[in-house]
Amino acid sequence: MSGLENFLFSFFNLKVMATYLPLVAQGLALTVLLALLIVVAGLALGLALAVLRSFGIRPLNWLIIFTVDLFRALPPLVIIVLLFFGLPTLGIGLSGFAATWLSLTLVLMAFSEEIYWAGITAVPKGQWEAARSTGLSFLQTLRMVVLPQALRITIPPLTNRTIAITKGTALGSVVGVAEILGASQSAMSFSANPSALTLGAIAYLVLFIPVVALGRWIETRFAWKR
Amino acid sequence: MPVSADAPRPIVDARGLWKRYGALTVLHGVDLSVAERELVFIIGPSGSGKSTLLRCLNRLEEPDDGSIHVDGIELLSPKTDINAARRRIGMVFQSFNLYPHMTARQNVMLALRKVLGKSRDEADSIAAAALHRVGLGERMDHHPAQLSGGQQQRVAIARAIALEPRVMLFDEPTSALDPELVGGVLNVMRELRESGMTMVVVSHEMAFARAAADRVVFMADGQKLEEGPPAQIFGDPQHERTRAFIRQIDRH
Ligand SMILES: Nc1ncnc2c1ncn2[C@@H]1O[C@H](COP(=O)(O)OP(=O)(O)O)[C@@H](O)[C@H]1O
Ligand SMILES: [Mg+2]
Repeated sequence: MSGLENFLFSFFNLKVMATYLPLVAQGLALTVLLALLIVVAGLALGLALAVLRSFGIRPLNWLIIFTVDLFRALPPLVIIVLLFFGLPTLGIGLSGFAATWLSLTLVLMAFSEEIYWAGITAVPKGQWEAARSTGLSFLQTLRMVVLPQALRITIPPLTNRTIAITKGTALGSVVGVAEILGASQSAMSFSANPSALTLGAIAYLVLFIPVVALGRWIETRFAWKR
Repeated sequence: MPVSADAPRPIVDARGLWKRYGALTVLHGVDLSVAERELVFIIGPSGSGKSTLLRCLNRLEEPDDGSIHVDGIELLSPKTDINAARRRIGMVFQSFNLYPHMTARQNVMLALRKVLGKSRDEADSIAAAALHRVGLGERMDHHPAQLSGGQQQRVAIARAIALEPRVMLFDEPTSALDPELVGGVLNVMRELRESGMTMVVVSHEMAFARAAADRVVFMADGQKLEEGPPAQIFGDPQHERTRAFIRQIDRH
């Protein structure tokens, strides 16, 4: 076999790809599910922490900052491995899926909290003062005056961070989650042919090119109109 | 001193206000009383505590000591619902502080809906009336970024008066405006004053003070040095610092 034939046989073996398409497609579905659950929970928890932080309760804020810094400092894979192999020793067993979801959710929570917080503090003090001077409460002001402005400036960094975290779902393959990468790796070992990995890469492109394009659209859509 | 039963109670009655920022004392036991329908003008050099005094009057700033009654409510009492009290006290800021994500109409409607609990229709017609009153009936659905500074400040005034406050506080309402836009804002303030609104105005618009104020208060270094009718403060100031300040202002 020539070099090119060899390459095509190894990486673009249509027979292998056809055989394992269903397996990788299932992996794609699992990746989408995992990513959605991470994005929803991570962004909601991050917002909740940023709102709590805005109350300015000192000890609580130290706790929030510590938690956030912890999950921003640790590599996501380390958190996944710790939760998956560490928690069972405390009697709490987590599936690979749950450990991956929880880890990446905590990481997204931490990064998005910082982004939301930066957005909240970027809203001028005069906005708070004007709203409070009309009798609006702290929470009403936060919800109706400050957050709408804060969220708007946080959309580009949040979009970027969200895309980065959802790509981290590939780390689940380390703890046996049959998401795209995990499924492709199994297929590769069954077939003893790396074409399954090519299929995995295609699945990632199918999933993330629209996500990246959506991110770009959201960024331009929410750019400040002056 | 005996108070006669029919003496009108001042709308604003602040006594012995102290305010410190760390080692810096910004208000040294200031008293300020404002009668119903009165327009009190506060002048003084930059940093003399004018804004701080004004912001104490709706508790945007928390005085360290003293008492403040507004419309009979003890503002500094822990039992006071400060949000309920603030709807009786309108405030207009140097930097307008309109909500940039809302139209002029929505800016005015927000507190009508959420604080006074008006229905959407009711809030809408009150907001429209307030915006017409400040001459912005044609611009109700513009966002702040689409309005000039003078128009924004008039929307801010509409936002405050729509709540029918008992007193309006103005903190340098025209200082951020291009000179040609000052007149429109002053006209709205003059109209308010003629309608009987009680007003406390911090401003450098001396011509407006001469024409419209009932009383002028001169502050320096966190103290009220002198107060009186405009003719006296501008024509025959008693205190050397007042004289120096007015000379300096008149030179401009
Ligand atoms: N939040 C603050 N922290 C520290 N110092 C302040 C603060 N606000 C005002 N000051 C100081 O208080 C003094 C009075 O300020 P201000 O009331 O704004 O004066 P004015 O309005 O007469 O110019 C100034 O010296 C100012 O620097
Ligand atoms: Mg000031």
